[in-house]
Amino acid sequence: MSGAMAHDPGALLPELLLLGGAVVGLLLGAWLPRRRQYLVRLLAATVALGGLVAAAVAARQPDQLVFGTGFAVDTPTHATRVVVLGSVLLALALSVPATTGHRRETEFVVLLQLGALGAMLLGGANDLLLLFAAFLLASIPLYALAGWDARPLGAEAALKYYLTGAFLGVAMLAGVTILSGVGAATGYGPLRDGLAAAPPAAVGVGLVALLAGLAFKIGAVPGHFWVPDVADGTPAAVAAVVTTIPKVGGLVALYRLLVVAVPPEVVAWPLLVAVLAAASMTLGNLAAFLQSSVQRLLGYSTISQVGYLLMAVAVAGRADLAQPALLFYLAAYAVANLGAFAVVAALPWARTLDDFRGAVHRAPRLVAALVVCLLGLVGTPPTAVFVGKLTVFTAAVDGGFAWLAVLAVVNTVASLFYYLRWIAPTMRRPAAGEPVGEASAAGRPGASWPAGAAYACATVVVALGVLGGVVLTVLAGPPVAAP
Amino acid sequence: MLSLIVFLPALAAAVLSLVPASVPRRVFAGSFVAVAALDLALVLAAWIGFVPGGGFQFEQRVPWIPGAGISYHVGVDGLSLPLVALTAVLFLAAAVYSLREQRAPKAYAVLFLALQTVCLGLFAALDLILFFLFFDLSIVFMYFLIAGWGHGERARAAALKFFLYTFLGSLALLLGFILLSLAAEPRTFDIVELTAADPLAGGGTYAALTLLAIGVGLAVKTPTVPFHTWLPPAHTEAPAAGSAILAGVLLKMGTYGFVRIAMPILPDTWRQYAVVAIVVGVVSVVYGALVALAQTDLKRMIAYTSVNHMGYVLLGVGAAGVLAGTDEQARRLATTGALTQMVSHGLITGALFLLAGVLHERGHTYRMGAYSGLAATAPAFAGVFAVAAFASLGLPGFSGFIAEFQIFTGALAAAPVATVIAVTGIVLTAALFLRALQQLFLGPPRIPQAAGDGFLDLRPRETLSIVPLLALATLIGLLPRVLLDVVEPASATLVELVGR
Repeated sequence: MSGAMAHDPGALLPELLLLGGAVVGLLLGAWLPRRRQYLVRLLAATVALGGLVAAAVAARQPDQLVFGTGFAVDTPTHATRVVVLGSVLLALALSVPATTGHRRETEFVVLLQLGALGAMLLGGANDLLLLFAAFLLASIPLYALAGWDARPLGAEAALKYYLTGAFLGVAMLAGVTILSGVGAATGYGPLRDGLAAAPPAAVGVGLVALLAGLAFKIGAVPGHFWVPDVADGTPAAVAAVVTTIPKVGGLVALYRLLVVAVPPEVVAWPLLVAVLAAASMTLGNLAAFLQSSVQRLLGYSTISQVGYLLMAVAVAGRADLAQPALLFYLAAYAVANLGAFAVVAALPWARTLDDFRGAVHRAPRLVAALVVCLLGLVGTPPTAVFVGKLTVFTAAVDGGFAWLAVLAVVNTVASLFYYLRWIAPTMRRPAAGEPVGEASAAGRPGASWPAGAAYACATVVVALGVLGGVVLTVLAGPPVAAP
Repeated sequence: MLSLIVFLPALAAAVLSLVPASVPRRVFAGSFVAVAALDLALVLAAWIGFVPGGGFQFEQRVPWIPGAGISYHVGVDGLSLPLVALTAVLFLAAAVYSLREQRAPKAYAVLFLALQTVCLGLFAALDLILFFLFFDLSIVFMYFLIAGWGHGERARAAALKFFLYTFLGSLALLLGFILLSLAAEPRTFDIVELTAADPLAGGGTYAALTLLAIGVGLAVKTPTVPFHTWLPPAHTEAPAAGSAILAGVLLKMGTYGFVRIAMPILPDTWRQYAVVAIVVGVVSVVYGALVALAQTDLKRMIAYTSVNHMGYVLLGVGAAGVLAGTDEQARRLATTGALTQMVSHGLITGALFLLAGVLHERGHTYRMGAYSGLAATAPAFAGVFAVAAFASLGLPGFSGFIAEFQIFTGALAAAPVATVIAVTGIVLTAALFLRALQQLFLGPPRIPQAAGDGFLDLRPRETLSIVPLLALATLIGLLPRVLLDVVEPASATLVELVGR
């Protein structure tokens, strides 16, 4: 590891592009008239595309640690970058009608970019201090985003989001302090050696406290209380962002921390994560059962999805498939979840399950996209989440958590029930007097954008599943270890 | 060739979905018939080119997810080719029957064609994940058919029950597949490789749990007692053509899974627990027949006879796993009988469900008590129905007799008591079909008020869809070698695999 390489800012090109886009966008937005603010969005999309190219180029370079050993540039980081930047593009598209011409349009775009930047840094963080900094960066812009449209429900959601985050963030900071104290290091590599010799009780307490913060970030039990309120109380565009992007970074951060820095011989973290996974998938599913608001339903569904994702983390380092399964499932989840929210964003007249009654007669193609995305979330083959679930379940059984796989199977069947509660009414005949015919968000500017995003997501959900073999091979490279 | 057979309907569905829904509905119904006919012609060509006893043919293998040992691997042998042919025949019958479908003809044709690809693909699949993919998708497409074209509000409830129930089964199956692949070294989901490797030879708890997961998954789909409760409502509420496919093809997916996966890949464990299959089979036979006897709703009655008929199949495959006191000859007979029963049940029950659909179209109810003396006004309908009923109860001269005779003969040595009990099932089905015939066709003429002014006899499209199915059942009954020449070498191989 040469000193010159270690401080090469080029290694962080995607992150720097995103940061630059946010700063320039903020300045630009302050000077532009309201109807020209789309330029900020255009800039953000360009920057995200540039970031994707940079991430693809970086993925061809050998793995490395940069900025000392603070930031890892390896397969999990590349995957995080691609998924987050792709999600940013989709979020920019599906938010067009809700934000165009809004007096806070620029703020939406900039906050989205900053939150995404935080998620990307979380994915690459290889040092406890950077991990916490990234946690803050991925949280604070999203608090503001939750209250972005200043509706009463949004304000309540933002407050709940902020309070949960502040509380569990403090716990996380305490965890960072304890771990770095007993491990006598903050970089993951030396920390592993330090923790191996540290008293297990202290390591356990520190790890649990740290996990609390990350559980908040990914919306897993016990840090999940904000998810349904934020998913329901905010516009679909905001809810889509908040339930997707931070999860990607948070889960990769958790994976990296546990695999690289915490020896399982000292604390039995696999069991701890397995229990969190079981609780998340079960609680999320049970709570989703009787929801009538589609966004709230999706909110609970994301909690259960995190449960499945945590299964891969629980067997990290013990099953070969754990990492490709986690990264693939993350990508699959992000696309399917954004697709479902895109349909909601494209049909602003439909907020509850009842509103979707007969929707197939009004917006047949959007309903088709919705069915693909929802069955995609269930994990029906050949969609992407199916390949994700297949690999995650295989990894779980392989890693000795067969009971968790059985529970996940039962939960998957249960989840089908509420997804079908949404799909079934769309097929009914519309009640008398309701308008019939293609009637998405017609009349509002940019209404075709979320529909386009929904079609794109539905296509990718299937394509990613069919091409799963190719993608999984790419995701196999292990996290870069300390020199 | 095989991939073309499998994906031709899906291709047609993709093309049809691009056609605007406003064109005349004949376009959709007509292309459904044309594609189904073309696919059947391709299957016939494959049948002619097939060498009996030549193992897997028309094989094709392309890596899909190599890291996990998953590939797109298809091929047919004597076990699967008859079922592929059955699928093609039944879909053509369903297409002809549905020529006059009024409700959303575009979506109807697209869904049916997609379902056809899924069904053909399942029987051709030689990879567990590919098998699972088609297994799961069959549930999805059938769900939309029942929910969309069934009889109203109750149809959606029935469709939901069907989806949840069989989805649970399919995930149990997936769990079993994962356990199987983890046991193999190197890890693979390939059926041929797993069969050759026999990764769980010697049995043990792990193997038993694997068989349990796979067995439950397949039993839900078959369905056997006690996993059959989704079947009657799903059938009652489904449209006629959907019922015919559900009973004729989808149920076979369960029993086919036993002969393709459970038996050859887990031979030791299968032998160990063969008695479970026998018991479950016999219980299904008797229970299905008794409950069918108690039905007043024609479609429910036919649905329960499916439980009864699938019970015979399970008895046959169970008997093939009992080595003690049997010779290979008997086990082969039982296996061949089970496979013949799958084909036979598909043809006959498919015809019966279409006939029930004819009844419902005229009288808008399946309640048998609402009809009487139909033979006077609809002699052709009465005649065809009587033929189907006799075929279903296993009269000699029809395929059902060949199948059940072989199963009983083959299973007698392995499980004498069970076989004797199972034979009573034939008596019960005879009773219930004779009672139904008497109720519907004899006595003073009476039709439900909803039927309007008269009960029309079979229309040409109905005759054309139903009679060929019964003709095939008769052909197999009179000239069984047509089918047995293909099946027998494959069942001999299977018996050898189970006995190793």
